[in-house]
Amino acid sequence: MARQMTGAKMVVQALKDQGVDTVFGYPGGAVLPIYDEIFQQNDIKHILVRHEQGAVHAAEGYARSTGKVGVALVTSGPGATNAVTGLTDALLDSIPIVVLSGQVPTFMIGSDAFQEADTVGITRPCTKHNWLAKETDTLAETLHQAFHVARSGRPGPVLVDIPKDTQFASGTYTTRQETKTSHYEPQLKGDITEITALVELMEQAERPVFYTGGGVINSGPAASQLLRELVDTTGFPITSTLMGLGAYPGSGKNWIGMLGMHGLYEANMAMHDCDLMINIGARFDDRITGLISAFSPNSKKAHIDIDPSSINKVIRVDIPIVGDVGHVLEDILKVWKSRGRKTNKEAVAKWQAQIDQWRAIKCLDFKQEGKTIKPQHALVRLEELTKKYDRYITTEVGQHQMWAAQYLTFDDPNRWMTSGGLGTMGYGFPASIGVQLAHPDALVINVAGEASWLMNMQEMGTAVQFRLPVKQFILNNERLGMVRQWQELLHGERYSHSWSEALPDFVKLAEAFGAKGILCSDPDDLDDAIMEMITHDGPVIFDCLVEKHENCFPMIPSGKPHNEMLLGEAETQGVIQSGGAVLV
Amino acid sequence: MAALKIKKGASSHSAYNLRPTFSDVEEVHTLAVLVTNEPGVLARVIGLFSGRGYNIESLTVAEVDHTGHTSRITIVTKGKPQIIEQIKTQLGRIVPVHEVHDLTVEGPSVERELGLFKVAGEGDKRVEAMRLADIFRANVVDTTLESFVFELTGAPEKIDAFADLMRPLGLVEVARTGVAALARGAH
Ligand SMILES: Cc1ncc(C[n+]2csc(CCOP(=O)(O)OP(=O)(O)O)c2C)c(N)n1
Ligand SMILES: [Mg+2]
Repeated sequence: MARQMTGAKMVVQALKDQGVDTVFGYPGGAVLPIYDEIFQQNDIKHILVRHEQGAVHAAEGYARSTGKVGVALVTSGPGATNAVTGLTDALLDSIPIVVLSGQVPTFMIGSDAFQEADTVGITRPCTKHNWLAKETDTLAETLHQAFHVARSGRPGPVLVDIPKDTQFASGTYTTRQETKTSHYEPQLKGDITEITALVELMEQAERPVFYTGGGVINSGPAASQLLRELVDTTGFPITSTLMGLGAYPGSGKNWIGMLGMHGLYEANMAMHDCDLMINIGARFDDRITGLISAFSPNSKKAHIDIDPSSINKVIRVDIPIVGDVGHVLEDILKVWKSRGRKTNKEAVAKWQAQIDQWRAIKCLDFKQEGKTIKPQHALVRLEELTKKYDRYITTEVGQHQMWAAQYLTFDDPNRWMTSGGLGTMGYGFPASIGVQLAHPDALVINVAGEASWLMNMQEMGTAVQFRLPVKQFILNNERLGMVRQWQELLHGERYSHSWSEALPDFVKLAEAFGAKGILCSDPDDLDDAIMEMITHDGPVIFDCLVEKHENCFPMIPSGKPHNEMLLGEAETQGVIQSGGAVLV
Repeated sequence: MAALKIKKGASSHSAYNLRPTFSDVEEVHTLAVLVTNEPGVLARVIGLFSGRGYNIESLTVAEVDHTGHTSRITIVTKGKPQIIEQIKTQLGRIVPVHEVHDLTVEGPSVERELGLFKVAGEGDKRVEAMRLADIFRANVVDTTLESFVFELTGAPEKIDAFADLMRPLGLVEVARTGVAALARGAH
């Protein structure tokens, strides 16, 4: 059913074929033909952002909260370069997005034409794959392949650069079904011999721990279900990276909390002392491992990952299993059940008791006293007052992000959107817009720091224009808090440029955009103020003035092993030796 | 704690268990990478090496199947075993890469390189250059009264050795293709 149409029309048609309902974009000369097509249809909703970085993060938020591919549309040159941060963010967090960029006409490429940039060259290292669509006849096929690559295997961002003459010219449209998805079909099933070897270890392990990551969420809801079954039937404790929160419920009985640099004491101690570590869809990131040479020294390690290059990249493992988390978990359960559902119950019970002892130190405890709101307290109240809602959380990057991970509870996957790998300040606000678009009736909250939030504050225009009731919950410490904390710990309390000077009046700022602003500085007003935020039918900027010099603990200082965590307001001076200071 | 009674390492057919432990000794490996011959594919491969700090000792590329648009990239690289494994899996992740073969570990292979050598000189040196070229079975592909251009094919070490010998005899310029390699045998 080949059909003739212009390249611009093909773009819209391919998006429809792919089931896309929302595109985040910003027009310009090199994409005008596509915008003309968007104007003439109603199936695809276009969300006009205020900056292309916002478009890409919004597409990420959309993708992460739905499991579908997010789409952004940008013009050539500056439009494309503005998309680079978002693409890199999506690459590091394995988020499936398709970015379409306009390009100068093919006959002008290489001439330093107006708004020409080597977009394919610039984005090559920050996409999973990219294409320059020089011919209209193959454009549709390229677009379908782009979606296929974005969502298959380890998901990631792709970009299709479309010169303006390709958009104007006519060609033959290829449908999604007719498109060759080429040779790119990553392996889904894990090696059954390896899986059996893992099950054998699970049967004997005395101190097992599941260490899970974003791969579980990327694998889809079925993977989270299987994980829950495996964890609850084996009774093994489970921790997760920042990226994997919600795959196993935070209220579940085997949950021992997030691990890593700002993870819970019990989780990091369990990682350090375990005898069997089962990594499911995580990648031994340096925020997780701390000092590599002292990382979990006495454990056998299994690693389940769809990307073979993640295996043995950082930590040498004993049992590598390449495959999709869902498929592999299914097989693990099958094999484990068929062999009689054995675990070393006595030893595991002792291990649980040991973990309970670690838990008993209550590493997240803090004291809310006096007239200043502690950021932790603000999040505890936010959790209490919002947990019964259909709630989605995004964050910016900094202390507030870590506190959000520590004090909010996620019982389901796809509810927690944070920039983990790249640590992009400015991610959370546009991401919340993307989430709200995908879930119009949900309560979407961006837990923000005042500095991060300012990085993409222009998106207030988008939120107001499209009536997106996103809640911007700003923990305002008037500091680049995380930077300040490091300067305190590592740089002799020399607070070089870590103040937020000349901050706007956030309430007036909200009002200037036609939104609602709420200021809260008194702990006694907090609950009412949060309720006001939740119940307001529209976007809200919530300026929560918090303690300025609070530090985020627990913390594994860079270059330290898991069992040398800093807790609470412990004496922290000089704890990071010079070796750690070169690490980030 | 009682040690778990499981044999160390993964099962025999795991692709990741080619060596027992991470060694610190650097190894030279020749990789054959089959790719779709599309624009940018070489940039992707090279970008991977520069972006992740891997070494390239030699790199050759040419289309080997015109109808299937397949190119073969032969890369000689050097690194610790863990890095070599990383290079292979990272290459395998590039979308237009179809196959990655480590010719150094997959069995015996042949490696050949072609070198062109311009040697200028007169008298005894010129005679000696010609004599050595004969011994190496190099061909003369250009000559003037005071110079030769020799063409020599062989393993990279042979090309190195010939260059060393020509240097005192008036070697002016060398051009080398880099290594092309194939596994021995019928498959
Ligand atoms: C785009 C970008 N620039 C710089 C940084 C480095 N950085 C990490 S956290 C941080 C401070 C964030 O301040 P704020 O948003 O107020 O959060 P807080 O730590 O105070 O909660 C900075 C500058 C970053 N992560 N991203
Ligand atoms: Mg701050």
